[in-house]
Amino acid sequence: MVSLPDGRLSLGTGRLLAAGSSGPSPLWYTARATGVVALVLLTVTVALGVAGTARVSTDLLPGIVRSGLHRNTSLLAVAFIAVHVLSSVLDPYAGIKLTAAVVPFSSAYRPIWLGLGAIAFDMLLALLFTSLVRSRLSYRAWHAVHWLGYACWPVALWHGLGTGTDSRLSWLLLLDAACALVVGAAVAWRLNLTVHRLTGHSVPGRSLAAGSFAGYGRVRAAGLAGVAAFLLATIVFVTTGPLQPGWARRAGTPASMLHSAHPASNAFAGRTGAGR
Amino acid sequence: MKLNLQIDPIACTGHGLCADLLPELIELDEWGYPIIGGAVPPDLAAHARRAVNACPALALRLVRTPDQLAARHALAASETRGG
Amino acid sequence: MSHAHARDEYRRDQYRGDQYRGDQDRGDKDRGDQDPDDRDPDDRRRRTGAGVTPRLTMDWQRADRAATLREHSARFGPLRANAARRGNRDLLDQIAAAGLTGRGGASFPTAKKMRAVAAGRGPAVVVANGMESEPASEKDQALLARAPHLVLDGISVAATAVGAAEAHLCLSRTRGWLVDSVLAAIAEREQAGADRIGVAVHELPHHYVSSEETALVHWLNGGEAKPTSTPPRPFERGVGKRPTLVDNVETLAHVALIARYGAAWFREAGTGGGAGTMLTTVAGAVSRPGVYEVEAGTSVGDVLELAGLRERSEAVLIGGYFGTWHDLEVIADLPFTAAGLRPAGGSPGAGVLFALPAGTCGLAEAARIMRYLASQGAQQCGPCIFGLPAIADDLAQLAAGRPEGDPLSRMQRRFGVISGRGACRHPDGAVRMAASAIRTFGADAHAHARRRPCLAAHRGRQQTALLPVPRPFAEGDWR
Repeated sequence: MVSLPDGRLSLGTGRLLAAGSSGPSPLWYTARATGVVALVLLTVTVALGVAGTARVSTDLLPGIVRSGLHRNTSLLAVAFIAVHVLSSVLDPYAGIKLTAAVVPFSSAYRPIWLGLGAIAFDMLLALLFTSLVRSRLSYRAWHAVHWLGYACWPVALWHGLGTGTDSRLSWLLLLDAACALVVGAAVAWRLNLTVHRLTGHSVPGRSLAAGSFAGYGRVRAAGLAGVAAFLLATIVFVTTGPLQPGWARRAGTPASMLHSAHPASNAFAGRTGAGR
Repeated sequence: MKLNLQIDPIACTGHGLCADLLPELIELDEWGYPIIGGAVPPDLAAHARRAVNACPALALRLVRTPDQLAARHALAASETRGG
Repeated sequence: MSHAHARDEYRRDQYRGDQYRGDQDRGDKDRGDQDPDDRDPDDRRRRTGAGVTPRLTMDWQRADRAATLREHSARFGPLRANAARRGNRDLLDQIAAAGLTGRGGASFPTAKKMRAVAAGRGPAVVVANGMESEPASEKDQALLARAPHLVLDGISVAATAVGAAEAHLCLSRTRGWLVDSVLAAIAEREQAGADRIGVAVHELPHHYVSSEETALVHWLNGGEAKPTSTPPRPFERGVGKRPTLVDNVETLAHVALIARYGAAWFREAGTGGGAGTMLTTVAGAVSRPGVYEVEAGTSVGDVLELAGLRERSEAVLIGGYFGTWHDLEVIADLPFTAAGLRPAGGSPGAGVLFALPAGTCGLAEAARIMRYLASQGAQQCGPCIFGLPAIADDLAQLAAGRPEGDPLSRMQRRFGVISGRGACRHPDGAVRMAASAIRTFGADAHAHARRRPCLAAHRGRQQTALLPVPRPFAEGDWR
């Protein structure tokens, strides 16, 4: 038990914080790092999922390996997100409560952007749970919930861009962009699957059945337009949001934290030199 | 007590993962759909269970007592159409 | 749609007088008895005693419309109210003793099926299958058009026997005229208070597989008229999750008469191991095509003779489009029953007998049927979706004498892997038909495979497109 300069008690994990503005908290680093890794893992998961629908099966990546990888990257992503949530909660600085991880928009710190994370997390929990009890569910029920994967990813991305204090780092922006392009390409691929023939035969799998109805061309066009719109909106968001000075305040960082000496938000951004 | 693999032909969409995991008992026809080669011997039971879990469409089932199954289907063995 | 409608209009006109042939040449006969001196002086028939046996079809030639309830009662006598007790042992025993088997294609013992349904939990459901989606078959339409009260009696009796509180009659929605006729008969019965439970008439999509029992149940449960995976089968869990009896309308008509006259009476007719009578549709190289009622066990040759077989026929399609092709020589003396045809690899099926006229390429007919069957699957199971069109292509190549590669061995290979791998027996039936065509028209097949025209073409009297192959219905029209 350590008592901090401002009188608060800390479990001891905050011992390193006792020095005040001596450096960023390891918990904060952990939260940020695990968040980034989770995003990359989710990107790979989505890509592998679409590859599954496309029945990709090569010597290098046989079907069962691809399927197993999809499962494992998703589980790994959940593991990283668990650490991401825990470290954010345990870090006493931002005062994020555990409930904020599952109840959207309930945190004091950047409620909207953190709330997006809660939404993504909730969706991921639903995906995880239904997949674990898959054999007890009907295929239709499991599949309906699984569509949430496509919704979860963009929400997670915007959570990272909005909440993340590293959003200005160029390497991270590049990484985000790369992930967004991969997911965008995967979704476009998925939209095209229903109208293209695979393996020289038409394989009318249930997930591909949409291709057989007359209006599918419109659905595909709308989907592709949606992907393009999302990518565009993300670029607009990043350039008018996180990349602009004063974002931390606009994003909802509590005023008490904005001008403190604690390594976070502005001060930290200044430290890494990424501020513009 | 024998183990048998059963395919739900409507759920099956020819992913072929089952044949990858259990090539001794499952082979794919020229269109990618599985053909079951026989009952599951005890030494392949674990592999069969993995194959069942691996099916993305949940179309593969392991049936434990084929005798019961035979009795159930005896009543409609050769049913085609028309009642 | 208009093509199908016109075709059905044509069919209806046929029924309105000429289609039923049976007793025309003989005049009135008491049911079950035939005066030997009145028989057609044909050696073969006199020798075997085979002829038309008018039980279901009694007095059909008198009028070209449905028998009214009064006429029906006068003709057959009253249907005594059987004990309204579930699993009525008396009734089920009678049906079992009569040896009645299903007339829809599977020839399954009727009493066994009824007992299974009666033994189920909760009130049962009876579904009468009047769909007759087999293009070559006309017996069920004829029966419903001429003697609807026999079928309705049968439904009533079956409902009592299995303890059903609900009854349905499924008809094809392309036969509006038949639906109207049946509804009128039901209205008569309602007025007379003839039935314990009412019969709900339904009009279903007219696909080939829509008359399969799980397809009927699925549709009645609010789904598409496509077969479903089993288990459970309808007798365990069907309409509304209740034990459901699905029977062909002809089977139910026989049940109606067994309930009146008993098993011993039923078995008075029947020869060569068959019990009772059966309806059969005879077409092709016969001078009097139509629906005939003959004793079960009558030989195939005798039935064809009844319809006036033209001597230049050499092959016959037995059972329907899911039946089998046979050399007439081989099959002529075999009884037209399940047991009788089994050694030859055939089955009465839906009771269709089509005699292929000489000078017709059987392979071409088989190829047309195969193309139709391939398009008529419910598109649910891979082996059927891909296998049937593949075989249809192979058969078409052979029939056209333009083989690519070796269609014969391709087909033999495919025959082996398609049967039994669908949710219903549609691919099995199609494969069986195609395989029997290759077997029966083997010489033609080999000639075609060497790009030579077949023997039929040699004779220079080629006829084509004899079997009715309806235009497939619009995709998506399954509900």
